Amino acid sequence: MKRNMICVTCPRGCRLQVVKDGHGKLTVSGNFCARGVKYAQIELSDPRRMIASTVRVRNGIHAVVPVATDQPIPKALILDAMALLKRVVVDAPVRMGDVILPDVLASGVNIVASRDLAGRDAAWSP
Amino acid sequence: MSERFIASDFDVVVIGAGPAGLAAAISAKENGAGSVLVIDRESEAGGILQQCVHNGFGLDTFKEDLPGPSYAQRYIDRAAAAGVAFLFNTMVTAVSRDRRVLTSNDRDGVREYRGKAIVFAMGCRERSRAQIRVPGTRPAGVYTAGTAQRWVNIDGFLPGRRFVILGSGDIGMIMARRLTLEGAKVECVVEINSYLSGLSRNLVQCLQDYDIPLLLRHTVTKIIGNKRVEAVEISAVDERWKPVAGSERAVPCDTLLLSVGLIPENELTRRVGIEMDPLIGGPVVDNRYATNLPGFFGAGNVVQVYDLVDSVSSAAEIAGRSAARYAAGTFAADCGSMPVHPGKNVRQVVPQRICPASLAEDPIALQLRVAKPLEGPVEFRVIGGDRILVRKRFPYARPGEMATVMIPKAAGSAFRETDEVRIDAVPLAEGIE
Amino acid sequence: MKDRYDVVIIGAGIVGCLTARELAKYDLDILVLERNGDVGAATSAANSALIHAGYDPIPGTLKAELNVRGNAMWDRLSSELDISFRRTGDYVVAIGEDEIENLKILKRQGELNGVPGLELIDGETARARVPALNPETAAALYAPSAGIVDTFGAVIAAAENAVENGVSFAFETEFEDFIFDGNRIIGVKTPRGSIGCDWAINCAGLEADTVMHKAGARPDFRIRARRGEYCVIDPEYFTLDTVLFPVPSVKGKGVLVFTTTHGNTVVGPTSEWIDGKTDAAISAFGQAYLEENMRKLVPTIDLRRTIAVFAGLRASGNARCLNPAVDYVGDFIVEAAAEAAGLINCGGIESPGLTSAPAIAERIVRILREAGAALCERSDWNPIRKGRPVMRRLSDAEKQRLIKTDPRYGKIVCRCEMVTEGEIAAEIHAPIPARTYDALKRRTWLGTGRCQGGFDLTRVVEILARELGVPVSDIRKNEAGSEFVVAETKNWSGE
Repeated sequence: MKRNMICVTCPRGCRLQVVKDGHGKLTVSGNFCARGVKYAQIELSDPRRMIASTVRVRNGIHAVVPVATDQPIPKALILDAMALLKRVVVDAPVRMGDVILPDVLASGVNIVASRDLAGRDAAWSP
Repeated sequence: MSERFIASDFDVVVIGAGPAGLAAAISAKENGAGSVLVIDRESEAGGILQQCVHNGFGLDTFKEDLPGPSYAQRYIDRAAAAGVAFLFNTMVTAVSRDRRVLTSNDRDGVREYRGKAIVFAMGCRERSRAQIRVPGTRPAGVYTAGTAQRWVNIDGFLPGRRFVILGSGDIGMIMARRLTLEGAKVECVVEINSYLSGLSRNLVQCLQDYDIPLLLRHTVTKIIGNKRVEAVEISAVDERWKPVAGSERAVPCDTLLLSVGLIPENELTRRVGIEMDPLIGGPVVDNRYATNLPGFFGAGNVVQVYDLVDSVSSAAEIAGRSAARYAAGTFAADCGSMPVHPGKNVRQVVPQRICPASLAEDPIALQLRVAKPLEGPVEFRVIGGDRILVRKRFPYARPGEMATVMIPKAAGSAFRETDEVRIDAVPLAEGIE
Repeated sequence: MKDRYDVVIIGAGIVGCLTARELAKYDLDILVLERNGDVGAATSAANSALIHAGYDPIPGTLKAELNVRGNAMWDRLSSELDISFRRTGDYVVAIGEDEIENLKILKRQGELNGVPGLELIDGETARARVPALNPETAAALYAPSAGIVDTFGAVIAAAENAVENGVSFAFETEFEDFIFDGNRIIGVKTPRGSIGCDWAINCAGLEADTVMHKAGARPDFRIRARRGEYCVIDPEYFTLDTVLFPVPSVKGKGVLVFTTTHGNTVVGPTSEWIDGKTDAAISAFGQAYLEENMRKLVPTIDLRRTIAVFAGLRASGNARCLNPAVDYVGDFIVEAAAEAAGLINCGGIESPGLTSAPAIAERIVRILREAGAALCERSDWNPIRKGRPVMRRLSDAEKQRLIKTDPRYGKIVCRCEMVTEGEIAAEIHAPIPARTYDALKRRTWLGTGRCQGGFDLTRVVEILARELGVPVSDIRKNEAGSEFVVAETKNWSGE
């Protein structure tokens, strides 16, 4: 089996040629670095993506706070995870790294806050 | 980060608290500037990164894959620790040649700050509908991708339900995914060129993952709808971007997002009389990010529109260091700089001038974009007179992806024998021009 | 809105608003009906914003008479109402010797119309005065009385002054029909109910024919919409301190180049008959036409420096000039309807309609008086209307004083045009309140600069929602159905 893919690990976007032989062994070419090989392996067996969104925040300086997965999540779970985020409301202040949803859909992936978000009436302090 | 007790005189005044301003301010502090003030029109630091909630930031700087706000947060925390002063909710209305910065806000009214050195870090803005002159009506529902991004990611509003996105820039593709995840329908992304204008990985993870069609060599030829967008007419274009008669079709939608390019934001720079690069739209800078006006430096997207925030930060650090040195009186005003010209297949290069003398301290990074996609192996050649001074090979070069060619410190002596250099992009494969 | 007024004016464009202001001098109860949500939102919102000298109209027409009379009225009007207006003068430019004869005809025509100070100058003199002119300029006709005006500002100022003198406005209230008693009009029907009146004044612009026909007046009169496209050029790139016209053709005055009172340079308009009365779309053809025609006057402008494009519709009528000595179709109508007592019609008010508007209003008062209306002057009529502060025009000291009274004047929301939150809030709470983005744009010029709202739009929408006390999803660009956002994220289930 032969497949072309674009590695999404970093902005370089290497164009990979992936060949799978009869024994299931992968040969990857076109990659700048080793991460390309790992990407190709995972992409063929269990494709995953980093996903970012927002959740509603009460009394924050903004209406929503950005959140993201702390590691790539299986592609098949993305839409269900987004549906869960719709129902989440957090209270300000929020700190970067606060776990907003732990172990989403039993994937082992946490969704965490991407930034500090101060409360609306609190004086902004470091 | 206290806004209280702000004096009027600073060693370095930085205009803009986005990634460039933050990196420049921190670097200025770390390089000995006693007082650094960063002024921004927003209520917080981080600039556009705060609405770029997607991942992909920091792979160079932190060796981590961070969301935009997290990348900003790290710099915000570092700036606070370094003692950088901030002035938020404040618009800079003018800058004078003697480095007085005129501001307006709702606390102090009109107030002036003086810097021994000034760093411009105002970033860039999006090209608008008028600049590409899309025909049709002028209803609600035509927004730049960045405006939509702010609504969705900061204010929490959906600007439409059915979208067509014009332009395959990164913000456009990233918004295609973001809107899809929020439950909206993205009908297609339309690109007038025959190639993608953003990063290839965004084609995969923003469009292909969600089955969003990309129409290369197509454009929007008409906006339809009187109050709200009701449809857009999409047409194929020929190689000169002319719509092909008979190819037009109407795509029903309620919103057209424009991701048709970014323009460095340089009204202040231009008005103070700094020499500009007319093609790039930024000030002409040397490798220390000094403009032609002593004491004025450019950081980040005001100089040129970068692909990656990591490159913005590293360029801005150099600008911040230069500003600190200027404020301290240790900046070599005349460094014997020479022009760098874009040569064969190269559209633009920054810096536009280099000081070979500074190679004694650091290598010099030439950041360039090719004029057209070169899909085979390419050699970039820095040429002085008839000698090739530096060579660097890449497997390919694309206009959407900035290439960096380092001039090593060891090359210093070779540069002493020339007055100007140019940089060519030479395809190595047979048959490829 | 009450159920009875002495006078109902149909249409809140420049003619309707100036008429309301003029009639407010008298002891009358006046209502202005407007189908849109704002004054000056249709024909008055997109035109060349010029006060024409009056050499164009054929001598003996109503257009000629009202143009020259109207032109002379703008000094006083602009000073009473605090409207930006400047007599820049204009030039009709002959490219090549062939066109000089046309200038002579135009000059004679202007003199017959009573235009003051017309001067024929040679090409060299013209180019010395306006260096950007085409080097092939052979001669020019100079008219010192021509000027530029802030059209939106004029409509709003007239309407506000009318309100301050007791006139009522009903927005989003479309005229549907007249109510008759015999052949006398005694009221009008609207979707919000019937309104009794003694006098109805038709200032309905593009729909003036429809309104007339409801009263059985001038069944042969038709208005066709003639579209004019414009493009606006970055003022940091090119400005003029005068107005340049090509030699006119049968199609009209041609594509002109001038700088507005706001400092933007405008190229336009095109002239294109359209079907219906609503299609104010920009076309690739129109933009190409502008480029080609602009080059005749000023060859050096690069239209890639365009920052905005827009189009407006002219209300072109087919009325024959009432002066039997003049053979002209397309004249203004300003008259008491012969077919229905109590109705005064204005029709076919295309260019020079803006210039003529004060004279039209004056004429309407005269017609009303002749028709027997009781016009008793009020002792408390106040002709003066004061504009609100425009921060970008103030000195730093003046700015500082204002910011002390309201700190929001220090907060700049539109970066390109330097419009502050204080100015925006003031317009939202003005006598004719700005309730939409376009209404704010017309009043403050926010969003009209280089970034075209890229920075301010989300912020202005938020300010509108806060000041009006409504959800952000209710905030519109202009009319109902033009809301900017559809829902809050997370709160919407998709399809």
